[in-house]
Amino acid sequence: MTDAIVVAEGLRKSFGGVHALRGLDLRVRRGTVCAVLGPNGAGKTTAVRVLATLSAPDAGHARVAGHDVVRQAGEVRARIGLAGQYAAVDEKLTGRANLRMFGRLSHLSRREAHRRADELLDRFGLTEAADRRVGGYSGGMRRRLDLIASLVRRPEVLFLDEPTTGLDPRGRGEIWDAVRELVADGTTVLLTTQYLDEADRLADDVTVVDHGRVIATGTPDELKATIGDRLDVVVEDPAALRPAAAVLRGLAGTDPTTTGDDRLSVALPGGGLRLAGVVRELDRAGVAAADVRLRRPTLDEVFLRLTEEPVR
Amino acid sequence: MTRLRWALADGLTLVGRELGRLRHDPGELVAALMFPAVMVVLFGYVFGSAIQVPGGGDYREYLMPGLFAMVTFSSVMGVMTRTAADASRGVMDRFRSLPMARSAVPFGQTGADLLVGLLMLAVMVAAGLLVGWRAHLGPGPAAQAVLLMVVLRYALAWAGVYAGLAVRDDRVADALVPLFLPFTMVSNAFVPTGGMPGWLRFLADWNPVSALTAAARELFGNPGAPAGDPAWPLAHPVAAVLLWSAALLAIFVPLSLRAHRR
Ligand SMILES: Nc1ncnc2c1ncn2[C@@H]1O[C@H](COP(=O)(O)OP(=O)(O)OP(=O)(O)O)[C@@H](O)[C@H]1O
Ligand SMILES: [Mg+2]
Repeated sequence: MTDAIVVAEGLRKSFGGVHALRGLDLRVRRGTVCAVLGPNGAGKTTAVRVLATLSAPDAGHARVAGHDVVRQAGEVRARIGLAGQYAAVDEKLTGRANLRMFGRLSHLSRREAHRRADELLDRFGLTEAADRRVGGYSGGMRRRLDLIASLVRRPEVLFLDEPTTGLDPRGRGEIWDAVRELVADGTTVLLTTQYLDEADRLADDVTVVDHGRVIATGTPDELKATIGDRLDVVVEDPAALRPAAAVLRGLAGTDPTTTGDDRLSVALPGGGLRLAGVVRELDRAGVAAADVRLRRPTLDEVFLRLTEEPVR
Repeated sequence: MTRLRWALADGLTLVGRELGRLRHDPGELVAALMFPAVMVVLFGYVFGSAIQVPGGGDYREYLMPGLFAMVTFSSVMGVMTRTAADASRGVMDRFRSLPMARSAVPFGQTGADLLVGLLMLAVMVAAGLLVGWRAHLGPGPAAQAVLLMVVLRYALAWAGVYAGLAVRDDRVADALVPLFLPFTMVSNAFVPTGGMPGWLRFLADWNPVSALTAAARELFGNPGAPAGDPAWPLAHPVAAVLLWSAALLAIFVPLSLRAHRR
């Protein structure tokens, strides 16, 4: 638990009047995946850029792989990989040429750079496309190439800024598999994402950021536990939605949300409820329920709940 | 020692990158090489028939040094658009996150541009020889003229690096490219400056394009030496080109390196 490979304390960064980071703290344990979640403009990219030595914070400090990102930027760069929000490969070169170039620029010997390029292309299923220009790649292939371009030097810490934004489910699955494989090899991954299921599936720890500050942190399960379970009800007749809502409001103490023509969802208070009790109450109100289900909240619901409250 | 060696290796890797881009996109190279050849035909035959060379002489002989200068100045635009594209696509960020020397990027880019420039100059010389242009003063002065072009081109490439980092957006950079034409036209490259209105003539006389054109005419022994009492850069064109080069390097190398380190 104490072996944090990324530690950031009180990071601040402003652009003119825009405060992108307002005292951000972050810890990532070695060998884990940490997902940084946040709405647009929360400061995710800014935080990654500071940690990857691309921009210096106005205040606060950060250590990555044991080195200060400002004072020992060179040491940090030798130990990290970065795949930014936009695929950063040369579209006019082939995939192989890109990897060889980044290998050389990471100070591998020529032979090692060539060997590593072939190895990565093979391992991530790009060998067939390796000698085509990247300009002709699909979005998913480009992202994959971008990801492996950050691996040429076997980074200790890998920063991925929205690695699957804009990809179809299959492309996302491929990136996820790649990330899991890397973590199995001992790489630490810090990724930002707007997809909650991505964080849910990949991350050991989640940090929710809003307005340049951390508003929650924990494992996905811990975060879900903070807002309690949810009750979903499907009624047989849409006309029964109103009385059903009244019943749920009475039971849960909060307003349920309508999630479809014939369905409602409500957050339950800490103690939770017995399913049998819910069914009995609905019956008494004359509501015919097609389905009543108690479940853990999704990370989406946690996220919405966390980010909707005004932060000061 | 190893630091310096790596910086050099990084620079060479990036030169290799630019050459690789050209190899994979030969259309771009062909277009870049066509441009000067088209200019020879366009100006040499289309406009040339209507222009009088001061002091007499063949217009195409007069024109070629101007086209050499124009090709030389195209490096600003080329390097600017490539640098801006890297900066806007995040390629620059990747470079900056690598343990490479940060100065390698501009050195690589300007170095590659120099190779491309030499190739373009060679095509231009061949086109000139085809249309009857000659270097009349022998290989020594001709080599000096080429050297001047190379030196100024390299200095201009650094201005291109800085401009590219300043705009940081390849669409803006592309939109700026057409400005190149009026800039090179307001000079002595295509017509003598003597007939221009006073204020325009002043701009044209002090335009570095004019200094390079005048220097090339002098060293190649081509017609068009300014008559009467020309402005200082035209009276001392070789010194003027060297001064321009030194000034551009002194300004834009530190500015660009600082922008890269930022
Ligand atoms: N270079 C910059 N100049 C000016 N403002 C900036 C710059 N970079 C970021 N910002 C601003 O800082 C804030 C945080 O931006 P950042 O890109 O870090 O957010 P993000 O969480 O990555 O958002 P997204 O999900 O849209 O990628 C935004 O308001 C943004 O407009
Ligand atoms: Mg972002």
